[in-house]
Amino acid sequence: MHQVFFWIFASVAVGAGLLAITRKAALHCALSLVVSFVALAGLYFQLKAPFPGILQVMLYAGAIMVLVIFVIMFLNAPEEDPSEKISKPGVIASVFLLIPFAALLIGVILHSNLPVPAAVAPDFGTVASIGTRLFGTWTWVFEVLSLLLLAALVAAVLLAKKRLD
Amino acid sequence: MANDPKAYLVVSVLLFAIGMAGFLIRKNLLIVFLSVELMLNAGALAILVFARLYGDTDGHVFFFLILALAAAESAVGLSMVIALYRLRHKLDTDDLVELRG
Repeated sequence: MHQVFFWIFASVAVGAGLLAITRKAALHCALSLVVSFVALAGLYFQLKAPFPGILQVMLYAGAIMVLVIFVIMFLNAPEEDPSEKISKPGVIASVFLLIPFAALLIGVILHSNLPVPAAVAPDFGTVASIGTRLFGTWTWVFEVLSLLLLAALVAAVLLAKKRLD
Repeated sequence: MANDPKAYLVVSVLLFAIGMAGFLIRKNLLIVFLSVELMLNAGALAILVFARLYGDTDGHVFFFLILALAAAESAVGLSMVIALYRLRHKLDTDDLVELRG
């Protein structure tokens, strides 16, 4: 059962990811990416990470991608859409650098001696244990993130103002 | 195989490679931006695989780091796309070459 779900979620995530970079219209790309993110959330559930999985659906597929789709519809890019063009150097770099590198990485992973996942503690991945870590050991990370989000908020308001002086 | 962390890591590598290919090949600024999101997600998947592998909840905490980072990145990135579109009425990366040395 576990395996069946893994293959469904993994193939949907990769397939929708491929669609997301090959469709012509930006809106289709964004919608494929939403599907990919929801499938990834399924993989997170398989990894005994239900809370990150729920956040993935709510924040990534829900909030961030809706913002992206909102901007795509807001800009409503004209018909002579540049999205149909592809970058030749990019294709060359993908074929001669990216594909061998990805193949190498997959080979390394398949031949590595990763330990078999152990039985986890009963509080692994629960909201309580994540909260304890986040506000215990990693409080400073939380503070840095608040600062980052504040900076992003100010920057977004400034950049998207009517006049860029 | 499916319980094996290697299978999950291979999915993560594939997603990262797809995102990188989109980043390199596409010229529409919005799709380049979407490819970056895909790469971020591939990284998050790898983090959660290793959190499961070593039974350490800290990985989940750093998933939030990536999530908040992606939110900040999309807010700033999309507002830059809007500002550029207002100036140029184009979203083609080939037109944005002022900073080329």
